[in-house]
Amino acid sequence: MFTFLVQRIFQALIVMFVISLVAFAIQDNLGDPLREMVGQSVSEAERQVLRDDLGLNDPYITKYSRFISNAVQGDLGDSYFFKRPAVDVILDKLEATLELVLGASIIIVLVSIPLGVYSAINPKSLWTKAIMAFSSIGISIPVFLTAIILMYVFAIELQWLPSYGRGETLNVLGWETGYLTTDGLLHLILPCISLASIMLPLFIRLVRSEMLEALSSEYVKFATAKGLAMNKIYYQHALKNTMLPVLTVGGVQIGTMVAYTILTETVFQWPGTGFLFLEAINRVDTPLITAYVIFVGLIFVVTNTIVDLLYGVVNPTVNITGKGA
Amino acid sequence: MSLLEVSDLRIEYPSRFGVHAAVKSLSFSINRGEIVGVVGESGAGKSTVGNAIIDLLSPPGVIAAGEVFLDGQKISGLTLDEMRKVRGNKIGFIFQDPMTSLNPLFTVEQQLLETIHANLNVSQSDAIARAINLMQQVGIPEPEVRIKQYPHQFSGGMRQRVVIAIALAGEPDLIIADEPTTALDVSIQDQILTLIRNLCIDKNVGCMLVTHDMGVVSNVTDKVAVMYRGDLVEFGETGKILSEPEHEYTRSLISAVPRSDRKLDRFPLVSYIEEAHELQALDIKNHWLGQSEQQRDYQGPLLNVENVSLRFVTKDSFFESKREYVQANKNVSFSINEGETFGLVGESGSGKSTIARVITGLYPPNEGKITFEGIDLTAIKSERERRPFRRQMQMVFQNPYTSMNPRMKIYDIIAEPIRFHKLAASESQIQQIVFDLLDHVGLGRMAGVKYPHEFSGGQRQRISIARALATRPRLLICDEPTSALDVSVQAQILNLLKDLQDELNLTMLFISHDLPVIRQVCDRIGVMQQGQLLEVNESEQLFTQPQHAYSKHLISLMPEFKGLRNSL
Repeated sequence: MFTFLVQRIFQALIVMFVISLVAFAIQDNLGDPLREMVGQSVSEAERQVLRDDLGLNDPYITKYSRFISNAVQGDLGDSYFFKRPAVDVILDKLEATLELVLGASIIIVLVSIPLGVYSAINPKSLWTKAIMAFSSIGISIPVFLTAIILMYVFAIELQWLPSYGRGETLNVLGWETGYLTTDGLLHLILPCISLASIMLPLFIRLVRSEMLEALSSEYVKFATAKGLAMNKIYYQHALKNTMLPVLTVGGVQIGTMVAYTILTETVFQWPGTGFLFLEAINRVDTPLITAYVIFVGLIFVVTNTIVDLLYGVVNPTVNITGKGA
Repeated sequence: MSLLEVSDLRIEYPSRFGVHAAVKSLSFSINRGEIVGVVGESGAGKSTVGNAIIDLLSPPGVIAAGEVFLDGQKISGLTLDEMRKVRGNKIGFIFQDPMTSLNPLFTVEQQLLETIHANLNVSQSDAIARAINLMQQVGIPEPEVRIKQYPHQFSGGMRQRVVIAIALAGEPDLIIADEPTTALDVSIQDQILTLIRNLCIDKNVGCMLVTHDMGVVSNVTDKVAVMYRGDLVEFGETGKILSEPEHEYTRSLISAVPRSDRKLDRFPLVSYIEEAHELQALDIKNHWLGQSEQQRDYQGPLLNVENVSLRFVTKDSFFESKREYVQANKNVSFSINEGETFGLVGESGSGKSTIARVITGLYPPNEGKITFEGIDLTAIKSERERRPFRRQMQMVFQNPYTSMNPRMKIYDIIAEPIRFHKLAASESQIQQIVFDLLDHVGLGRMAGVKYPHEFSGGQRQRISIARALATRPRLLICDEPTSALDVSVQAQILNLLKDLQDELNLTMLFISHDLPVIRQVCDRIGVMQQGQLLEVNESEQLFTQPQHAYSKHLISLMPEFKGLRNSL
């Protein structure tokens, strides 16, 4: 177990190193920081002095090592716009994004597993055909269109749900949550459904194909021959084997969802990191963009590592301790 | 009244191209305490019968006609729920592959208990006691500890015992065992068959044993049903059918079984089963195949394997002292003379296939030396220098379904090595060689334009042999060349290999786990166990007076084909 952890952390460090190279390249080449900091009236000579003072004329390696040594200490520079450390700005907005992703994940789990399992058990039923057709359409509609349609129908025409923002939140142990107030929950519904709509068709199909494979396996045939009830075979023997690959893919996709809340958050004016990122790009807030890229990379690496560890816990045949069986 | 009564059973698989009848009008019966073997080759419909009895036919298979009675009650055409009460409770089922028939994510205890609860009305504590008792009955040591383990912590033989324990858990009256020992080693096969036999007598249950192995039939069964392409050709007492087979197919099948008691020149009477063209006689002396361009003067064995050891890393570590290895070959030494067939026999994991890979240079050995005509192959570093030796050593692999590129035509599969080694002067010469090879292995030259999937397993193995011969090899390494094939096809392939060897003066290394096959084919035999070569002996010597204790053990376990002595 320990060896495995050390290995994984080492791999994670390599990945983070590569991401930092990319992020730094963005920071180094995207726009001129001087233009954001000084006015039109500053002369070219003064600019050069300022550049030297800021170390912008140093060789690439020197600049990168300065950047990485700050980054390791949790300092990714100050946001030009907020005049605060970029990390702090992102952490402030993270709560909102995580709540959005949590809501979407719950919807995905609650919808995709029953639908996927149903369509695997009854491959010829009319409902299965409907589910499959729906998932094909779902895959091909972009998320901003889903979001706008939902907003138009439920917020504007029917006026059942609010169309933007987080609504009322409650502070629980320093975490601003929207899950504990009625208003907050109402505000969560549409954004969560929109975000879930990207992944939902994928997961329905994944669950269905894995379930079909489990159902055609020898152990399911043997379980039938043992005289077990069909429900027990479906929901215990087959489902547990179905969930293993779904868990692997699911873990990675949660990372993706955190990273790609940009569209959903923009449409619903959701005060999360995705919305923040889009604003940062509009304002050429380079430190914030760099910090966001590194932050998203970190989320991917962390979720992947956790999924690998969990997989070892759930699947007895995977031996992450490295000892022979 | 008999326990199981099958009358006029007909099983059909409808498809777009019409209805295929997998089983046509089958009738037989099984009594309590009796083991009935259902024997036949692949495609004979024998597994279909077992599946049909407990209504587990894979779609679109249906019982088109006929009835099945268990203890006088009709069990064909029951509803799903009624059928569920028969499964496990009245009929226990044992599948072929214990590696896949247990759910990998549940402990053995969970899988046993759910079966007990599904079929018997007992309390949880009684069920646990019963489960442990069952584990004991099937001969699993320390049942209290092992019952908590997952299937992957059991070996193949132990898993099959677990499967049998589960099949018995619902106290069935009838056990259907579908090739229960095909995936297992010979020593474990013997244990499992003895176990099934004893359980049937002790518990007074009937057993339907589906198998392709005539040795198993003659050792274990009381009655036998011989199936051929969906038809029951013979049914009766095992001893009578084996000694006086009435149907031509049964006779052909029996004669194709490799005899364990003495060596025959060829397998007789095997033409009934698979159509093969007559071998085209070739004037070998003048033909390309018979001309080897470089005949060196070398006295001594063609191949010499000296103290070869090979280990694989099982646990890697940065520190050398912490690495763990599995010793695949330990100090293996033997030599093969020109024109000889040398056999390597042993159970799975004994390292016999690994040796073949070391000889061909696929794995470099950790220690030891391999010499071919006196030249040390392990000293060769570059691929270019190795190439002439690769040409002179060719392999025929075990599985003819996976050892050929499915996107290549047979013609190109066979022509590829000739082109690669630049053995022919022109494309027209290559064409002539390929056609001659195809004729010579009994496929006919028209086979060249087809793709591998258009051929049966036996035909594909013929293609593999033709491909191996295409480089004019001196040494042919056959790694279990017939273990994926039916017995009659096996007999044909072995005949073919023997003919080719006589003609071309081939040297062969023949690897098999099947002792009777080894006996029929080999001049000298090496016995391997856990990476070590225990004994090398003349073939007849080994079977009559084995030296090593393990060889004696292996030979004593060989299923003896009793009926045969009288019939031929």
